Amino acid sequence: MGSLTKNQYDEMVKKASPNSKIVKDCFFAFLIGGAICAVGQIILDIIKSYGFSKEFSSNFTSMAMIFLGSFLTAFTVYDKIAEYGKAGMLVPITGFANSIVSAAMEFKSEGYILGLGAKMFTVAGPVLVFGAISSVACGIVYYIFKMLF
Amino acid sequence: MTKKIGKQTVELKSRPAIIGAYASVGKKEGEGPLGKYFDTVYKDEFLHKKTWEEAESELLRQTVFGAAANADVRFADIDYIFAGDLINQCTTSSFAIKDFGIPFFGIFGACSTMAEGLSLASMMIDGGFAKKTVCTTSSHFCGAEKQFRFPLEYGSTRTPTSQWTVTGSGAAVLSENGEGPKITHITTGKIVDLGVSDANNMGAAMAPAAADTVFTHLSDTGREASFYDMIITGDLANTGSTLLCELLKKQNIDISKNHYDCGNMIFDTENQNVKSGGSGCGCCASVFCGYLYKLLLCKKIKNILLIATGALMNPTSSNQGRTIPSIAHAVAIEA
Repeated sequence: MGSLTKNQYDEMVKKASPNSKIVKDCFFAFLIGGAICAVGQIILDIIKSYGFSKEFSSNFTSMAMIFLGSFLTAFTVYDKIAEYGKAGMLVPITGFANSIVSAAMEFKSEGYILGLGAKMFTVAGPVLVFGAISSVACGIVYYIFKMLF
Repeated sequence: MTKKIGKQTVELKSRPAIIGAYASVGKKEGEGPLGKYFDTVYKDEFLHKKTWEEAESELLRQTVFGAAANADVRFADIDYIFAGDLINQCTTSSFAIKDFGIPFFGIFGACSTMAEGLSLASMMIDGGFAKKTVCTTSSHFCGAEKQFRFPLEYGSTRTPTSQWTVTGSGAAVLSENGEGPKITHITTGKIVDLGVSDANNMGAAMAPAAADTVFTHLSDTGREASFYDMIITGDLANTGSTLLCELLKKQNIDISKNHYDCGNMIFDTENQNVKSGGSGCGCCASVFCGYLYKLLLCKKIKNILLIATGALMNPTSSNQGRTIPSIAHAVAIEA
């Protein structure tokens, strides 16, 4: 049927495929991501107001946020908010909790070892690997910087 | 004597009849525009089972029961069953029908499975190898998400061109004689790949295959596009449908008036948050067995051309950046 090159078709596809609504998406990501950070800040301030150290308070806040992310995932709410919040829900630590808990829930049906255990990090795995690599790289840069100045 | 006409089409002189059909869908599909036409709408996406895979098998199993009951046929009288699905190695179908005791051909055509099954099941009858055959297929949103995308509860976002896998199943019972819509022509598609590699834009990947099959069918049979009351593609959804009409326009074929797409029909794409539209084997199967079959039975429409389209990829090929080979099979049915 006719002679249509891949490039010509690629042009047609680009024209016919709608793009994401970037401005709207960014706005909601900013709003919902910001709201998550605000919740974290409130928790942090409350803990601090009880006279706990800065280090303990921030550790506690991370834990609380991870719990919240996991809790909302378990009750199938997280993905529904993420539909609007997009990257605003993905980037904070709650998103990391969501990626692990959702995989654990999904693959539990394949058993605790080969399912849940093995596949729990299918989504979070790359974040851990490249997070570790980039923190090493940052550490080296920091070390050299300190040595020179 | 060959029954083949033209390049890729066969004419079934014996006109096998679809004597019974049944469609089962999930809750979201039941809330869609075609909700009232489906024979069963399951509110529980687990169908009282423990896993998505078991749930999909149960969906398919119950649908075959329904179709056989509708056609008033005993399993012992069915010569062959053709079934396929999207889950690895078509296990959904195998588990669903393992206790039926019917000779089984497992088929894989991704979302084109329904038309592929109808083609083979009717050709089997027309060739004189069977008196009654069944073809069936299914897909389950949750199982497909798990296998092809992300865990269900993961907060990923979808692109506007992505499609929503239908939770649904359809089964049709074909017979060499009997009352019901008749299958007249089969055009078997060939694989077309125009270089689309975006798994979130499968409509665009499959549109050239659909266009190729429509074009070949019309030139093989000498029919005009206007001969058909409805030309129904499987699941090109919004983006793919636009491209299909454009591609055919380049060949001077205008199907804009009688073209419909199952992916667009099954959901209200504006309000059901399915992005471009529905997809999956169960999309075309449930729309055909649930809605179109009833229209044909009531003779509200006379001639239809059903073209189910399939994207023949898997997550590995997609991760490796390979393009999406696509296929489309056409079945001409008259009331």
